[in-house]
Amino acid sequence: MSNGLTTLNPQQPRTAAMAERMAEVKGRSLWADARARFVRNKAAMISLVVLVAVFLFAFFGHLLTQYDNETIDWNVLGKVKELGKPSFENGHFFGYDDSGRDLFARVVQGTQVSLMVGVIGAGIAVIVGTIYGAVAGYLGGRIDSVMMRFVDIAMSVPYMFVLILLLVVFGRSIEMIFVGIGLTAWLDMSRIVRGQTLSIKNKEFIEAAVATGVPSFTIIRRHVVPNLLGVVVVYATLLVPQMILTESFISFLGLGVQEPLTSWGALISEGTSTMNYGTLWQLFFPLAFFVVSIFAFFFIGDGLRDALDPKDR
Amino acid sequence: MSETILKVDDLKVWFDVKKPGAMPWVSPRKLKAVDGVSFELKSGETLGIVGESGCGKSTLARAVMQMVPIEAGSVVWLGNDLTGLDTRGMRAHRKEMQMIFQDPLASLNPRMTIGQIVAEPLKTHFPGLSRAQVKARVQEVLDTVGILPNLVNRYPHEFSGGQCQRIGIARALIVNPQLIICDEPVSALDVSIQAQVINLLMDLQKETGVALIFIAHDLSVVKHISDRVMVLYLGNVMEIAPAADLYANPTHPYTEALISAVPIPDPELERQKQVMLLDLDLPSPLDPPSGCVFRTRCPIAEPQCAEIKPALRDRGATHFAACHLR
Repeated sequence: MSNGLTTLNPQQPRTAAMAERMAEVKGRSLWADARARFVRNKAAMISLVVLVAVFLFAFFGHLLTQYDNETIDWNVLGKVKELGKPSFENGHFFGYDDSGRDLFARVVQGTQVSLMVGVIGAGIAVIVGTIYGAVAGYLGGRIDSVMMRFVDIAMSVPYMFVLILLLVVFGRSIEMIFVGIGLTAWLDMSRIVRGQTLSIKNKEFIEAAVATGVPSFTIIRRHVVPNLLGVVVVYATLLVPQMILTESFISFLGLGVQEPLTSWGALISEGTSTMNYGTLWQLFFPLAFFVVSIFAFFFIGDGLRDALDPKDR
Repeated sequence: MSETILKVDDLKVWFDVKKPGAMPWVSPRKLKAVDGVSFELKSGETLGIVGESGCGKSTLARAVMQMVPIEAGSVVWLGNDLTGLDTRGMRAHRKEMQMIFQDPLASLNPRMTIGQIVAEPLKTHFPGLSRAQVKARVQEVLDTVGILPNLVNRYPHEFSGGQCQRIGIARALIVNPQLIICDEPVSALDVSIQAQVINLLMDLQKETGVALIFIAHDLSVVKHISDRVMVLYLGNVMEIAPAADLYANPTHPYTEALISAVPIPDPELERQKQVMLLDLDLPSPLDPPSGCVFRTRCPIAEPQCAEIKPALRDRGATHFAACHLR
């Protein structure tokens, strides 16, 4: 072989002949083991099916109804309690909302927005938090101190206050919600990841990589982060509903997404304000989607945590 | 016979126990893990390092690899002083010296296949190699250490301890190093597997001419594999001599005590054996005894031992021992 590598022991192909008769064996990774454990978890699998259904509803729900989410039925307006009930005959499966629009189409739209906030918000938090925490934990020393003190300071600011201030000062828009949630959500993540990194950092395989001369950032990418992913994945699935809850709360306060956009929180808020008029379906349908989805996320998170538990090796 | 590849001179590794200046009233304390160790290693030679827990064996190994900060002294590798080198400068030498670790499973990344693990040093130091070349080389070294090359896609948890240690050896071997530092490579394995791994290391040494630094606390294992043996106590060298000579004529009282404690695999002889038990516990390396560090437990200590630290003296035939009285 070139590159100055001498061939070891060319005379005795000890196991080579045996190996040639056998194909390369496919290994079972820890991920494959975890997947098998997850599939055996009934609650998590049912939740996964439910969640997939909710996602399908968000993407393709508008194909199921002849109505869009903007047109106001002037005949119903003002008489929603009598004429706006959910019904299969007229195709308004979830009835009308208080402004005479089709509630089914509105819920589809709200589901899209809420899931987007949840998934993108959690995604940003996970990516930023993982990189930040892994770098701080692995490099250690003064860099770690500075990076984590910054996180401590940022965490000590009441985030709901900052979020509301941002929305009031820079206007109420969905982008602003992303910025506001994104500013705070990665902080927890970075702390968790840093803690895990500290325990992984002292494992012998990291030392082996250092002894070999692998550069620090390659070690973080190749050895630290893949071993963190179990924790990160679990935390991410729990972060998604947390994002949705935050957004819903902001929308419930009337500061979140604005008309004509809507979200679960905004729909629930409208539903509660018209509860007294007897149009309970306006509260029930968005609330049902909200509760079922949040439950599903939590059960999946639980299932993943059990499946990825490092004690089961 | 062959040239010196590694020369360690008066190496000191001290750890800060309390950071200086953390609080104004805290006086900085130093833990002297390795305190003035010197030795030389020739190419193709095996140096065994023995000593009880906490005597600085592993720290010495890490200091040679430049993985812990060095307080004083020098490590000269193939004519280059490694102590002053930065990360980048050190990287060039990393492929010439590799390491094998104590816990075979923990030293392999559980998320990587053994093919990826073994290939890592090769990819790090020879980034120009094609995928096929890397694969061929990985299969070659796996074959050399006795792992079926068709298992490259398996994960570490699918192997036994002995197999994992073979994979660790393959990883060290893949870049053709001139020195492999074995940090207690067999203490986590059971006896029959220990023999296999040690014989594998000896065979590989015969084939490739690699030098070994073999750290262990099992004296019979060290005797079997080493050309020379160094005895450490509290970060200081007590005795360094050719293996056969050291076991036959231990000069230092500490070496004598260690060798008397080796179990003999014959119950008759074992029962008649006189074990030289030492008084007291190992003193704290935070506050080592003055003069000779061994004097507090030494059966023949005299007042002068507390005052002057004994230097390594030549007893002939490259047998050195640090004792005033013998």
